[in-house]
Amino acid sequence: MKAICFYFQIHQPFRLKHYRFFDIGNDHYYYDDFADDDIITRIAQRSYLPANQMLLDMIKENGKKFKVAFSISGTALEQLEQYVPEFIDSMKELAETGCVEFLSETYAHSLSSLYDPDEFVAQVKAHDQKIFQLFGQRPKVFRNTELIYDDDIASMVYAMGFKAAITADAKHVLGWRSPNFLYSSASAPKLKLLLKNGKLSDDIAFRFSNHEWASYPLTADKYIHWIAELPQEEQLVNLFMNYDTLGELQPRESGIFEFMRALPRFAAEHDIQFWTPSEVVAKFKPVANLAVPYPMSWTDAARDTSAWLGNTLQQEAVRKLYSIGERVRLCTDRRIKQDWNYLQGSDHFFYMSTKHNDDGSVHSHYSPYDSPYTAFTNYMNVLSDFMTRVEEQYPASIDNEELNSLLLTIRNQEQEIEKLHREVEMMRNNIVKDTTGDFPVDEEPEPEPAPAEEKQPAPKKKPAVKKAPAKKPAAKKAPAKKAEKPAAKKSAPAKKAVAKKTPAKKK
Amino acid sequence: MKALMFGWEFPPHILGGLGTASYGLTKGMWENGDMDITFVIPKPWGDEPKDFARIIGANSTPVAWRDVNWDYVEGRIGNVMDPQLYYNLRDHIYGDFNYMSTNDLGCIEFSGRYPENLLEEINNYSIVAGVIARTVDCDIIHSHDWLTYPAGIHAKQVTGKPLVIHVHATDFDRSRGNVNPTVFSIEKDGMNNADHIITVSNLTRRTVIEKYGISPDKVTTVHNAVEPLNEELLNLEAPPGKTSKVITFLGRITMQKGPEYFVEAAAQVLKKVNDAQFVMAGSGDMMDKMIRLAAKRDIADRFHFTGFLKGKQVYEMLAASDVYIMPSVSEPFGISPLEAMQMGVPSIISKQSGCAEILDNVIKIDYWDTNAMADAIYSIIKYPAMFKELRDQGLAEVNQITWDKAGAKVINIYRNLINR
Repeated sequence: MKAICFYFQIHQPFRLKHYRFFDIGNDHYYYDDFADDDIITRIAQRSYLPANQMLLDMIKENGKKFKVAFSISGTALEQLEQYVPEFIDSMKELAETGCVEFLSETYAHSLSSLYDPDEFVAQVKAHDQKIFQLFGQRPKVFRNTELIYDDDIASMVYAMGFKAAITADAKHVLGWRSPNFLYSSASAPKLKLLLKNGKLSDDIAFRFSNHEWASYPLTADKYIHWIAELPQEEQLVNLFMNYDTLGELQPRESGIFEFMRALPRFAAEHDIQFWTPSEVVAKFKPVANLAVPYPMSWTDAARDTSAWLGNTLQQEAVRKLYSIGERVRLCTDRRIKQDWNYLQGSDHFFYMSTKHNDDGSVHSHYSPYDSPYTAFTNYMNVLSDFMTRVEEQYPASIDNEELNSLLLTIRNQEQEIEKLHREVEMMRNNIVKDTTGDFPVDEEPEPEPAPAEEKQPAPKKKPAVKKAPAKKPAAKKAPAKKAEKPAAKKSAPAKKAVAKKTPAKKK
Repeated sequence: MKALMFGWEFPPHILGGLGTASYGLTKGMWENGDMDITFVIPKPWGDEPKDFARIIGANSTPVAWRDVNWDYVEGRIGNVMDPQLYYNLRDHIYGDFNYMSTNDLGCIEFSGRYPENLLEEINNYSIVAGVIARTVDCDIIHSHDWLTYPAGIHAKQVTGKPLVIHVHATDFDRSRGNVNPTVFSIEKDGMNNADHIITVSNLTRRTVIEKYGISPDKVTTVHNAVEPLNEELLNLEAPPGKTSKVITFLGRITMQKGPEYFVEAAAQVLKKVNDAQFVMAGSGDMMDKMIRLAAKRDIADRFHFTGFLKGKQVYEMLAASDVYIMPSVSEPFGISPLEAMQMGVPSIISKQSGCAEILDNVIKIDYWDTNAMADAIYSIIKYPAMFKELRDQGLAEVNQITWDKAGAKVINIYRNLINR
């Protein structure tokens, strides 16, 4: 018995428009909506939608024995919601079959796992929330941006409660070992690892329609045969690829859809099953620990992070971006939050690669710029503007500690005022109820004296302001507040939820 | 293999890129070994490097017989050539040129520059070439640029050896399309008579094929290269008092070099940036117009003209620069960005220049796209990573572009011609 684990990545970045240095400080809208619309609509029509239909048919035909996994970045979801809403519906339909697993990742398809742990955690949560909202699933398996993975990331992922992660099969890490087993992380041994089978995945993703390839044409029969012939003990074949392999990279005319449709039939003949990553984790035992001291990925020949961080341009841009991470997380401005997400997309750095040869042609194929230097210039201009906006909110002259405490004070006071207001309201109602009009209500609006006498909230306020640094005072306050009136607590999360629901709509 | 080359300039006395390229190529070929090169120039000064090529001066080659003794010759031209060579040449005078103005040695005077009577000098040069071709034994003849095409043709007729002409520029580059018919006909004649044509870029190759109607199989591109700089120049440092970023244009201020686009880009950048200075180094017929344009754009306080720079001054200027820019409208090759890169100065070049074909770590823009030019300048002076990446990668790249590789290609072309 063997198992195939299919996983597809869907991601689209928010591309930047041509942003000149004159625009810095004047124009705060950064995106090339036309290009985004154009590209995602084209890919959806040629690939995502027909591929979804194909998967749906396959699941129905095979009595739910055919299963796949998806990772869809938050930015891609936003674009799809906006430009191709029918895709979301079709995905929901797929989700309802129960044969589709959604994986967790960073919302913005970002490199935060390498630079900013706090941001990383926040983004993973935001992404999982979005998946839950749309498809009703809480992801249990994690996959990082472009399968970037190392031991540090493993620890963070495990700490967030994931039971498995998906990553690449870099030669310099695996060595003689086969990717066709379940592994576990060296730094967090309870975190299982699924490794991409590079050869078999790329046979479909890159070589399928290549006439010069010795194995052309690739048929489902032949392909399943290869898998069946793998050594007995190698039971797991992880086929990870971009979703647009189906229909875009390998066009419809190449017969890719027919190939996929035929897979389950031949697989059944050889007792090969299709499992989701969660099933794999539940049914297999890891064979060994895998130590990955330096980050690896599934991109470029080097299979490391050099596609995004290979030269000084890229390093500088990423460093500059994450240097304001803490500040941005203090902000509450919705547009700043949104831009922050979009600017983190790893694609922006991918475009700045100065690699040549085969890798270089891949980079320039996806890049909307004519050279890495233009990509850098444009990005830095946008980033300069973004940083000025953050700066305007919170000047750099105030250090983070101080700012934190000031913000905390303001927030506490806000809560305090709200609380007092409520009490006034309550008391007013009480008075009205109790005395039925004996007292004149008009003189009540002065909040201070009345509540202070009755419930003494004032002393609670003072310690909160004094113990400013860190979030402790807030935590201390929380239980007290809970006891007093849960109504106030409810209103705050409700507001947050509203903010999250409408991030993509602006202009 | 023995090659007879005709050129117009040779370092250290050079007026443009032609001399540098001729020198580099000759040396590069010599480095490949087994090359015996005789290089003819109109007027040697005696301080030309002679270790890899024999220099013959056209102005010390007799075309009319004069009875002069060894000591006299030694005294007159001993610093530029061996008196014995003078006598050898004198034995090969092939006609009576006494009607021409010749000097006490029977030689014609040359300015070696680009004087008013350039066409006459070109003609005289070709007369002298006849004497040299009869004297010096060679397997192949190689003419550098249109000024020497007639000499090359003459030498070919005398010796019957194959002629290679080296197109460093065409009149279409120099005139933005308004070609001078006389120059065109000299160029066209040279190309027709040549057995093979070497161009310095694919851009020039296309011009030769399309504008001059030459068969493509006769034209090969050999990109120029650069000589490594010596320690002294590399160690030049920016003046200590320098506080602002310096953006430099370096070259003749003529229509071909697109100076007005540089001024327009500067005006844009200066609207946004205060600590930047723009320098236009060089001279030319459009200089006054550029001064007026800078004043009109109200940037004259930040826009400087240095006049013509030579020798070490060029490198001092580069050492003080943060950005080098060459917005040429049409540049057959353009060696100066390579020199800037050698000095660690990030370069912006126009897509219409030949060197853009071989350079990756520079910013390439269309010469008319002053917006893109301004964007690139701003980016380099504002974002340190951009400056650093272009500087380091540019340096690494330019160090790989060496003359011996170009020389090997030329030798290969020679072989094919000789063995044909």
